[in-house]
Amino acid sequence: MNFDFSDELKQLRDEARRFLAERNALAAARRVLESDGGHDAALWREIGEMGWIGAAIPEAFGGAGLGPLGLCVLAEELGAALAPVPFSSSAYLASEAILLAGSAAQKERYLPKLASGAIIGTLALAEGPGALTPARLGAAVAGDRLTGTKQPVPDGAAADIAVVAARGTDRRLALFLVDLAAAGVARERIATIDPSRGHARLIFSGAAAEPLGPAGGGERLLERLFDRAAVLFAFEQLGGARAALDMAKAYALERYAFGRPIGSFQAIKHKLADVYVAGELARSNAYYGAWALSQEAPELPLAAATARVAASDAFYLAAKENIQTHGGMGYTWAFDCHLYYRRAKLLALALGSTRIWKDRLVARLETQHDGALDGATGIAP
Amino acid sequence: MDFNDTPEEAAFRARVKEFLAANAARRAPGSAEGYRSSQSAPGALERAKDWQARKHSAGFAGITWPQEWGGRGGSPIEQVIYNQEEAAYAVPRGFFEIGLGMCIPTVCGWGTAEQRQRFAPPALAGSEIWCQLFSEPAGGSDLAGLRTRAERSGDDWIINGQKIWTSGAHYSDYGILVARSDPGMPKHKGLTFFFLSMKTPGVDIRPIRQISGHSHFNEVFFTDVRIPDSQRLGAVGAGWQVALTTLMNERLAVGDAPGPDFREIFDLARRIELDDGPAIRNAAVRDQLAQWYVKTQGLKYTRFRTMTRLSRGETPGPEASIGKLVGASKLQEIAAFGMDLMEMGGIISDPSVMPAEALFQQALLYSPALRIAGGSDEILRNIIAERVLGLPADLRVDKDVPFNRLPTGRR
Repeated sequence: MNFDFSDELKQLRDEARRFLAERNALAAARRVLESDGGHDAALWREIGEMGWIGAAIPEAFGGAGLGPLGLCVLAEELGAALAPVPFSSSAYLASEAILLAGSAAQKERYLPKLASGAIIGTLALAEGPGALTPARLGAAVAGDRLTGTKQPVPDGAAADIAVVAARGTDRRLALFLVDLAAAGVARERIATIDPSRGHARLIFSGAAAEPLGPAGGGERLLERLFDRAAVLFAFEQLGGARAALDMAKAYALERYAFGRPIGSFQAIKHKLADVYVAGELARSNAYYGAWALSQEAPELPLAAATARVAASDAFYLAAKENIQTHGGMGYTWAFDCHLYYRRAKLLALALGSTRIWKDRLVARLETQHDGALDGATGIAP
Repeated sequence: MDFNDTPEEAAFRARVKEFLAANAARRAPGSAEGYRSSQSAPGALERAKDWQARKHSAGFAGITWPQEWGGRGGSPIEQVIYNQEEAAYAVPRGFFEIGLGMCIPTVCGWGTAEQRQRFAPPALAGSEIWCQLFSEPAGGSDLAGLRTRAERSGDDWIINGQKIWTSGAHYSDYGILVARSDPGMPKHKGLTFFFLSMKTPGVDIRPIRQISGHSHFNEVFFTDVRIPDSQRLGAVGAGWQVALTTLMNERLAVGDAPGPDFREIFDLARRIELDDGPAIRNAAVRDQLAQWYVKTQGLKYTRFRTMTRLSRGETPGPEASIGKLVGASKLQEIAAFGMDLMEMGGIISDPSVMPAEALFQQALLYSPALRIAGGSDEILRNIIAERVLGLPADLRVDKDVPFNRLPTGRR
């Protein structure tokens, strides 16, 4: 049994933790929050120079070739530090989409620049409130021209390219690559609950769009992309949950009320014990997701949905109970509690709500072989 | 990252598989029979003793115990591997866990070489069964509040008082006992630890009937029970330290909650019809199923993380402490929800007409015990908060007060 990251990856994780602490990424997130949104360009540049963004991109395309496990350990640390950089958009979504479905020419053209951080990529999917279904998709491509409005697009104001979900000429959902600097693209920042990560409204009016992946394969491709991203987002959420619990714990030790540290009251102890337990279960599920991702295992769809649900719930629980543990101070702008709270909800919706993922999870179980149900006593992974 | 055994582990697993295949019957997948090998079934004790004897002669009893106690001298990971493999077989369980998991390690740890020689081998072979006489009406979660008296009389001690929740006392040959030898000391300091034969005159065992109708545990009354000082473990007044070594083993020994798990509730949801079609098509049902699957898998892979540490020869991390806390509540929730899906008929407990042979109905009635026994939910949360998160212990108003000056009720 070796259900853990390798020493090499743990070393990378420790380096990432040290670096983000030295750069005080949390303070950077607050600066972005208090400015007009967007990201910390200096931090992004350094992260690119260290090879993090291209961790999972093969060396042939300018990446570090560490595979998805490399991204997992980095994601946890970026999540813990609330690093205000377009990492998830560029690495888990745009780069992964191109790796999964891009032609040789598309990979050559985009991956090296994405890996170094020279360009930022994103995924443009949502079209305002409400669940997105292929039937309800408004964005459409006719010929090679895209029209439609996408919002919120993560890092949409800063991104150079976007992978856009739209109906193709055959009316079916497809993914397209769009150069956001080209004609026919208008964009504006959009207010969200978490201004420490910039989001935008993208309005396409006849923008040039090239297909990503084979015609008719858009839905399947998006599903595969989301399964992979769900594991990576889960690690980011784990990091956030860990940091929010650490913050609550530290406060419970230092804050005195009724003549004793509030952390000695069972009301607080039991609350934080529950946060810890949710975090550990989420960690174990995320590790299994990482294993499935790294092996391209047939178990990935189920493992990803499981990791996603556990991590979304664990981070949100940790973030809201961190505020509660801090009492009134937790509700002030000056304390950092709200940064975790905002990020927790942002990440919980970023790939679709837990409601959708739970339904997906059960659907996948229904089509699984019985071995998937061996559960707690199972020997096989 | 992989789930593979090391070559040594694989070789050990192969020997275990060979032994089990030759000596036991496999549990049919998804069947309830494993949960059903109830201790109250006729002949269960004899079958359990026979199975333990076979395990012992094959060298799979006391896997982690030192060889000088009659054990295998193996590693914790080997014990886990054995448990994993044995879980797939319909073998009797539940009679020896307390003795082998808690009592004998305490006797061996604190007793003399002669006592180790005398008691460890028959316990391992299943011919002698042990119970743990700790909890009292006034000392459950607050174990050190116990009141059973031990008074010195020459070379003997005279025991008077009452224990409760003593699992298996009615079929046990020996018990370990902690009693108060000095009520004038603060509560943790006036305790002394013994072991005794359950046949000793003055020991009166009365079964407690549980919600489930079974009687798994007992009240044990002591009336002028005489125990020789040679059966004292640890120094006079050091009973708390000895008891702690027993309790450290408790959470390892208590093990998994048996009963309907995710597979059973998922199968039920697929089969049973609600007013608007199969239960599994209902959004509220799907939401619940997903939550339990996430917990079940979370526990499973948490165990794999623990196994990884054991496999490397490390001590399990704090993640090992969450299994019972999560598992017991999950079982109670699944039992109640499964019954809800059966609608008005859900209250029927006649196995001949019920899905899963009325397992859900049984679990509803026995699952409350699992949230209390072996460290209640509340105590486990305290342990996580204090030992894992490093939060301060609760204020102890009784810590430095002589035991006989402590308030005992609303008087």
